Amino acid sequence: MSQLPLLSILTFLPLIGAILLLFMPKNSHGAIRGLALAVSAVTFVASIPLITGFNPTGGFQFVENVPWIAAGPFQMSYHLGMDGISLWLIILTTFIMPIAILSTWTAVEEKVKEYMICLLLLEVGMIGSFVALDLFLFYIYWEVMLIPMYFIIGIWGGKNRIYAAVKFFIYTMVGSLLMLVALIALYFKAGAGDFSILRFYELNLDPVTQTWMFLAFALAFAIKVPMFPLHTWLPDAHTEAPTAGSVILAAVLLKMGTYGYVRFAIPLFPDAQAKFMPLIATLSVIGIVYASLVAMVQQDVKKLVAYSSVAHLGFVMMGIFALNQQGVAGGMLQMLNHGVSTGALFLIVGFIYERRHTRMISDFGGLAKQMPIFATIFMIVTFSSIGLPGTNGFVGEFLVLLGAFESSMRPWAIIATSGVILSAVYMLWMFQRVMFGELSNPKNQNLKDLNAREIAIMIPLVVLIFVMGVYPRPFLDTMAPSIDNMIAQAKKKQAVAMNVPAGMINPHAGIPGAPPITMPAPAGEAAPAAQAAPAVPTAANPHAGIPGAPPIEAPAAAPENK
Amino acid sequence: MFEYVWLIPLFPLIGVVINGLFGKKIKNEAVIGGIATLAVVGSFVVACGILFQLLSLPGEERHFVKTVFTWIQCGPFKADMAFLIDPLSALMLMVVTGVGSLIHLYSIGYMHGEEGFYRYFTYLNLFTFSMLLLVSGANMLVMFIGWEGVGLCSYLLIGYYFHKKSAGDAGKKAFVMNRVGDFGFLLGLFTLFYYMGVNHNVWTVDFTELAKHADLIPVGGVTTVVCLCFFLGATGKSAQIPLYTWLPDAMEGPTPVSALIHAATMVTAGVYMITRMNYVYIKSPTALLVVACVGAATALFAATIGTAQNDIKRVLAYSTVSQLGYMFLALGCGAFGAGVFHLMTHAFFKACLFLGSGSVIHAMHHALHAEHSSADPQDMRNMGGLRKKMPITFLTFLIATIAIAGIPGFAGFFSKDEILWQAYANPFHGPVNFVLWAVGATAAGLTAFYMFRLVFMTFFGETRLSEKAWHHLHESPIVITLPLMVLAALSALGGWIGVPKVLGEALGGLPNMYEHYMEPVLAYSTEYMHTAGLHGLHSEAAEWGLMGVSVLIACCGIAVAAALYVVKPTIPAAFTSTFPALHRAVYNKWYVDEIYDFLFVNPCKALGQFLWKGFDVVVVDGIVNGVAAVFRGFSGILRHVQTGFVHNYAYSMVLGVVVIVACYLFR
Repeated sequence: MSQLPLLSILTFLPLIGAILLLFMPKNSHGAIRGLALAVSAVTFVASIPLITGFNPTGGFQFVENVPWIAAGPFQMSYHLGMDGISLWLIILTTFIMPIAILSTWTAVEEKVKEYMICLLLLEVGMIGSFVALDLFLFYIYWEVMLIPMYFIIGIWGGKNRIYAAVKFFIYTMVGSLLMLVALIALYFKAGAGDFSILRFYELNLDPVTQTWMFLAFALAFAIKVPMFPLHTWLPDAHTEAPTAGSVILAAVLLKMGTYGYVRFAIPLFPDAQAKFMPLIATLSVIGIVYASLVAMVQQDVKKLVAYSSVAHLGFVMMGIFALNQQGVAGGMLQMLNHGVSTGALFLIVGFIYERRHTRMISDFGGLAKQMPIFATIFMIVTFSSIGLPGTNGFVGEFLVLLGAFESSMRPWAIIATSGVILSAVYMLWMFQRVMFGELSNPKNQNLKDLNAREIAIMIPLVVLIFVMGVYPRPFLDTMAPSIDNMIAQAKKKQAVAMNVPAGMINPHAGIPGAPPITMPAPAGEAAPAAQAAPAVPTAANPHAGIPGAPPIEAPAAAPENK
Repeated sequence: MFEYVWLIPLFPLIGVVINGLFGKKIKNEAVIGGIATLAVVGSFVVACGILFQLLSLPGEERHFVKTVFTWIQCGPFKADMAFLIDPLSALMLMVVTGVGSLIHLYSIGYMHGEEGFYRYFTYLNLFTFSMLLLVSGANMLVMFIGWEGVGLCSYLLIGYYFHKKSAGDAGKKAFVMNRVGDFGFLLGLFTLFYYMGVNHNVWTVDFTELAKHADLIPVGGVTTVVCLCFFLGATGKSAQIPLYTWLPDAMEGPTPVSALIHAATMVTAGVYMITRMNYVYIKSPTALLVVACVGAATALFAATIGTAQNDIKRVLAYSTVSQLGYMFLALGCGAFGAGVFHLMTHAFFKACLFLGSGSVIHAMHHALHAEHSSADPQDMRNMGGLRKKMPITFLTFLIATIAIAGIPGFAGFFSKDEILWQAYANPFHGPVNFVLWAVGATAAGLTAFYMFRLVFMTFFGETRLSEKAWHHLHESPIVITLPLMVLAALSALGGWIGVPKVLGEALGGLPNMYEHYMEPVLAYSTEYMHTAGLHGLHSEAAEWGLMGVSVLIACCGIAVAAALYVVKPTIPAAFTSTFPALHRAVYNKWYVDEIYDFLFVNPCKALGQFLWKGFDVVVVDGIVNGVAAVFRGFSGILRHVQTGFVHNYAYSMVLGVVVIVACYLFR
């Protein structure tokens, strides 16, 4: 493993870029864009060693830990590290940034320097949030992300940008402040030491404390995800933001919320997780169905894509709260998929907006004839968003639903599965109205197909759509041990809280032990029974987990099947 | 040869890549069409090799799995990219690549001069690739790639003429309805996987593994749920009630597409899937009854609509829905082999019929184009007498029509007769059996009627074309007629591989090769029925009797069609004017589309509008903006205190001091 402080280098490369940009002459747009692109590209290249040097079973890696602030009762450390859960999110961030910057080439002509600085600062915040293991440091990065995004929407946005920017800022701020309070409370519970998440993982909090702290954290993350009914900032922010802003917002910023659940809210407060599972599952399912129905009737392409994000993130939340290997891995994968597919969709909307300065579906129609390359790419991305097998969308969605079905969320999983119908409805209807039909609007008759730069932006995304759909194993395999750890962490604490020896719980439990069913989904009965199961090892399902893992205690029926 | 099974889907995929990326630059139609056709022919050759190797093995060894790589592995869930070879998949591979090759060849002629020629062949190859994955996948997940892949290609090809709104609508409708089915497919998969895993530690979606543990699948209960979920998937893909309405609309696509996708291959995927999982279905009599009833009802219902359509392709579309119903009737009677047999014969004669209709439409289009007429080239009311000008098309079409009508000796007779017999004699449904048989037989009569009505209206009588158009009407070129001839030969002779036992014995000991061939696939179900004491009716007399009745019914159908459309062509018009309401209902497909719009489509749109404008904007944002307004209001009031005048601040300081001092003094 490299001795370089790689994570620090990654975090601060964009900052160095931003500082360099400060000294660039204001009007040399080409040079400014080139420098920003180069910095983001270098950052991406610098992030490659994370993949090659990563040891899936090694826990947190590339760790840097130095004391940082000691102020009165508070001690903060500069503590960085990453594991399988954050690995691909970091890569997603560094990967999407050059694409986002390249997409602004002709779209932004004013205050180019400031725009690029904002984008690079945003990258600092995003990478920092994913690598911070000190909760205080995490909080700082979390807030750092907020400000550049606020400016990106508020300065370079559309007509209603001020309203959207303020709404985005205040919504997120309300959540963050509650999180800050919970964070400080948590620190005092933990006793002397720093804000290291590893230290907090060891805490055994009583259920009441967990409830309150979970609520504070969950609210902050739920706003970011966003979960129904806290989602209304998203359509506004997305529609008003410039293309690059929308791409980053969808691809990375929303993942902060779901990442927050996986990294913090669930393993820190597992009892509260179990307690609030029905609520979260219900809100996720409502999010899926509700957002799909609302997306269906949108007249603005960008708003439609924004609502589809809410639905997709609903799937992610379901997977994470299923708290088994398939569910969480599916959820994690779905985060990456959503980053790729929805990011690509926003780029696509950007392409036609740049050409026609409208996003209204009714202004288009028949574009497939005029723009065949665009049509092909748009179609691939559309079907990836719908989750067609062979594309990335399918693997994530399938694992999420399977995981949720195997957990106590079965009734919710059944409703959520109907999302596969709705996503086809709203995406295909939109696609049809934009791309098919007669090319009747005279303004559309001179549209140019994608140019080389635009094709170059889309190709990596299209390739990824297929690679992740056909060979998702590199992603799944690197994430699996970390996810197992996370699940074991949560499960162990749930067990401790219920006074069951920790050793009785299978650390590899891929499926929270649910009692055998004879009939699927008798909604009312299955849920509570399954929920209680981890506390009772005899009822727990001991052979769940990675195939080949030795069963801890085989059931009577099992041997004869072998 | 088995080791190279992955080549079968690979060839068309190569075709997709070449034509998809470079087709636009190649421009030469012969090259584009040639690449695409050769790709499928290549697959056909490999499939033949596999079939021969399979036949050289003893029955119980006819099973092979080729794993290429592990696709998804996550917790206990594992899905390999793997192919399964057994008699069932080998048969399907032969049908798909064989009929597929012919239709590719035909398309070169049919699509000549079309703007998106390369696009068409890219899609067609992509379809073949997906379909081959579907029928050769060794587990449910690979099958599901194919399952959704064919849905995608169906969408693309139906919407091929995308500038037409109706084409775009039809494609979308097909995809969405298939997605409703996929919802069922996924739930069935989840339930089966979870049940077998939790209760028996069999965490698998692999067909071979599942078959090995088939004994653990319980009778009834959860199995019924699993079966019904999968069946929902099948109704979507195979256009059964309630999800059949997309198939007639799918005729917006080019005609060879209708032949390949919406007649011969894709729509039979549901039949294939249920046969593949026969060891699950056999454990649920309830599910079998549902399958049989839906199949029989669809067979009859679609046949009634078929009698009143005037668009040549729509008649064939409803005929396809109806024939698929027969296949499901067979499956529901536990006669999985019979269902797949009809699938095969149907692929021959229905492909022939669709391609024949394509030949007619092609000729009509040119004829009408020559006189700049805007008349519909697909409307049979514009045709008539075509047999004189298009003898090859006519003859091949007639053979296929005889085959579908169930005239003894032709392919459709053997398979349809087997189904009707199984409907009557199966051990599952008791008294319902007779109803199933009667419905099936009635539908058979209607089939003979509407198919011969089509033939008479199109090829017989005097032409209804103008003289100039008639002059321009020509037989199609050889690339079009050659596939017709091959398919007609198969429609005529293809049934003889499955001669029923009674007939075979009467003809001097002809064996039922097909039944023997399929035995390994259905071994578990046969064995299970045997041990469970489920024995069907055995009566040679009854079998002969029913055979006679079904032939008689078919002849009646033909006779009625001849009477109404050749001898006395005035009767249909008189009938229509006597029972206008009935005719209107049938002609408008019993208004099912309108009912679905009313029940599902419009409420969904209205709900979406309400949730957006009502909930999102008014309730949620109302609260958000309301809170903001309250704060703004308060600060607006408090603002007045901040006057900026020093004397105001001084007054308030004095006031404060007074209050504090007062508090201190009077404490």
